[in-house]
Amino acid sequence: MVEESLVALAIGAVLVNNFVFVRFLGLCPFFGTSNNWSNSMGMGLMVIFVMTCSSVLSWVIDAFVLIPLDATYLRIMVFIFIIAVFVQLTELIIRKYSPSLYKSLGIFLPLMVVNCAILGITLINAGEGYAFPAALVSGFFSGVGFWFAMLLMAAVREKLELVGVPESLRGIPIAIVVAAGYSMAFRAFAGLV
Amino acid sequence: MEVNVSPHIRSDWDVRKIMLCVVLALIPSAIAGVYYFGYYALMIIVLSILSAQITELIGFKLMGKPVEFDGSAIVTGLILALILPPSVPLWIPVVGSAFAIAFFKLLFGGLGKNIFNPAAGGRVFLLLSFGAVMTSFPAPRGQSAAASTAASTAATTAATTAATTAASPLASSAAYSYMDLFLGRIPGSLGETCKLAILIGGIILIALGLIDYMVPLVYALTCIIISFAAGADPLYHLLSGGLLFAAFFMATDYVTTPITREGRIVFAIGLGILTMATRLLTGVESISYMILFMNGLVPIIDRFIIPRSFGEPKKVKVGGKKNEQ
Repeated sequence: MVEESLVALAIGAVLVNNFVFVRFLGLCPFFGTSNNWSNSMGMGLMVIFVMTCSSVLSWVIDAFVLIPLDATYLRIMVFIFIIAVFVQLTELIIRKYSPSLYKSLGIFLPLMVVNCAILGITLINAGEGYAFPAALVSGFFSGVGFWFAMLLMAAVREKLELVGVPESLRGIPIAIVVAAGYSMAFRAFAGLV
Repeated sequence: MEVNVSPHIRSDWDVRKIMLCVVLALIPSAIAGVYYFGYYALMIIVLSILSAQITELIGFKLMGKPVEFDGSAIVTGLILALILPPSVPLWIPVVGSAFAIAFFKLLFGGLGKNIFNPAAGGRVFLLLSFGAVMTSFPAPRGQSAAASTAASTAATTAATTAATTAASPLASSAAYSYMDLFLGRIPGSLGETCKLAILIGGIILIALGLIDYMVPLVYALTCIIISFAAGADPLYHLLSGGLLFAAFFMATDYVTTPITREGRIVFAIGLGILTMATRLLTGVESISYMILFMNGLVPIIDRFIIPRSFGEPKKVKVGGKKNEQ
């Protein structure tokens, strides 16, 4: 029974409540870095890592510090700190091992600290009162959903660059139109879980 | 000289001729729709086509493009009309077609550049915006009395339990015989009910070599296997809802499906899995949604399924490692 609900939670996080196309969170890095495949891949994997780690650590701190002290009003501040730690960590790792990716992601890398999708998942986990496994699964698969959305968008945008979209719509405008199309398609899963 | 996007194939088929043949293949379904649902259905079809074509002409004018009449807007308008419930108010096809053409086609630069199938997009847009009128289906002419009572009871129970968007006879499994389903004596979308007419149209397209028969075949097989595995009635699932119509006329669109045959097979399998998953898990039919979703996966499918170039040696996988030559 527990496993079943975790599977439902995972499918829910990737498809039914996809952060980008259904909840409309984290759109800034989504549109900013989905212009090519390798950037999207890098950004998406990073979001998975940061979302998973922050979900875990914020759950631990929430359950063992904030709730016993009756200080849940501090959640936003504490969670932002936790996220900042992991973003700094990934930034260091990427700067060391992939300077080119570090360069091409530019400002969007440090901006992940205030990525509303990542803060969103920690707050959603806390708000829903998830147990530890559920928080872990929802963190990881929400990241997977974000990564999936990034890859979809990158593939479409690389294709659209070749076909010659009308001048006035090139770049971000057509990306928003495509995202609207995806958003409509993702509504298909609304009743699934 | 103008160089277009691939495929570059020399033949005497041009876009206008292909579109004309697709219209021809859709005519049996349109006739069946008019026969079962009366002249009101004809009005829907005509308005939908007019709206699509006029939107396209206005769009070309606004974009400063030379006005070309290739018939693709007619096909979009016709397909959209055929997947609408036959009782919708007359402004629905007008709004839907205009949105489908303007948003899903013209913004991308016209035919051949769109990511999503405009007709499926138009239908999803209407379903999301005007859910109530898009989900009520009148009984067709000649529906047997027992079946219609059963259907209406099923409809009332569905309506009282929740405002689900169940289409056609998915909810009331026992009410219809295979013959009713095949000939179209069931409530459903305008051109989706009569499977006989759809098959005639599909066979025309396959005989003319315009569509790849693998797509409908693999799609149908996937649905059959899944419904069989799930303990549902495969034939019933195959004949109900918009499955066959989508298989022949929407999953075979040139622009919004993968370029390679392998890619198209992956597309068809994915579509089958999603169709049956939503049907079995939610009891709601949403093939237009699934078409739209799979259209969105096409760039990724095309990215990973790359055809072997002519003369390139086959890659043989041995123990997970690529064997050189």
